[in-house]
Amino acid sequence: MARAAVLGRLNWRAADVVGVVPETARVKTIQFDVPDWPGHLPGQHVDVRLTAEDGYQAQRSYSIASAPDGTRVELTVERLDDGEVSPYLTDELRTGDQIELRGPVGGYFVWEPERGGPLLLVAGGSGVVPLMAMLRRRAAAGSDVPAVLLFSSRAWDDVIYRDELERLNANGLLVVHTLTRAQPDGWTGYARRVDREMLAEVAPEDAQVFVCGPTPFVEAVASALVELGHEPARIKTERFGATGGRDG
Amino acid sequence: MDELMLDGNAAAALLRDVFGAEMTTAIGTCDGCGSVDAVGAVHVFRGAGTVLRCAHCDAMLMTIVTSETRMWVDLRGLRTLELDA
Repeated sequence: MARAAVLGRLNWRAADVVGVVPETARVKTIQFDVPDWPGHLPGQHVDVRLTAEDGYQAQRSYSIASAPDGTRVELTVERLDDGEVSPYLTDELRTGDQIELRGPVGGYFVWEPERGGPLLLVAGGSGVVPLMAMLRRRAAAGSDVPAVLLFSSRAWDDVIYRDELERLNANGLLVVHTLTRAQPDGWTGYARRVDREMLAEVAPEDAQVFVCGPTPFVEAVASALVELGHEPARIKTERFGATGGRDG
Repeated sequence: MDELMLDGNAAAALLRDVFGAEMTTAIGTCDGCGSVDAVGAVHVFRGAGTVLRCAHCDAMLMTIVTSETRMWVDLRGLRTLELDA
């Protein structure tokens, strides 16, 4: 990348909505075309800015859900009822609308196939979003790096990317769900919060670990992994804060 | 545990504004305890400003307050910062 593209302030770019896809009752994926998009790495995020007619602006940060793909950028957004930005993104945006984005930002919580594995990805709810970008990149690159996704959701209908994860669940990727509040009839999988015993059962040895979710979730998972002997330097975390979403 | 705590990743865009570079992969040394960590791994708290704290000793590493036109940066808790040339 040219140095000029790396340094300097991030500019706001117009992003055209080219599709809106419901994922669950509360979660939607918004597909954007961003002309001049410089490309991104799986795990990076963007700032989204909305401007009201009276000039009032609100800004939030969202992880990129899509693997790098030209000028195409997808964000998966959970609707927070008392949020200022997410209800607009999930309820109001339509194909043809335009918002402003800047990014991508963040080089720390990032994985690419060249970095190898094995990978352990641990997601709480919409914390799956940046991890999905990694898994999509892994699949698009034809990578067979061993990977485990341990994904905690409240109920089966709350599982974001459920069908796509089922399709990806091969070629060295193991997707393990735990459903913490309600389970379908005949469910034989995990039915509790992620704990040390569960991590011990699914974690590959000497894994590169990425954990994303609400702060208490990330805290519990990271502590349990350290207790199990995982090296703290190989555990990367991304916390949402108390709201369980990216503050609105 | 503070439920409002975030990671250094959450300050990536702000730090980029201040330093003009990707900073979450920069390595910082805490002036309090000498711990060495990627900026993306430190703890971040947001209030009137953004405060970065050491993940090991909780000392304040950096405080950034912004207005429409100015940014104030307090770096006294960071002994060194090492980043890509």
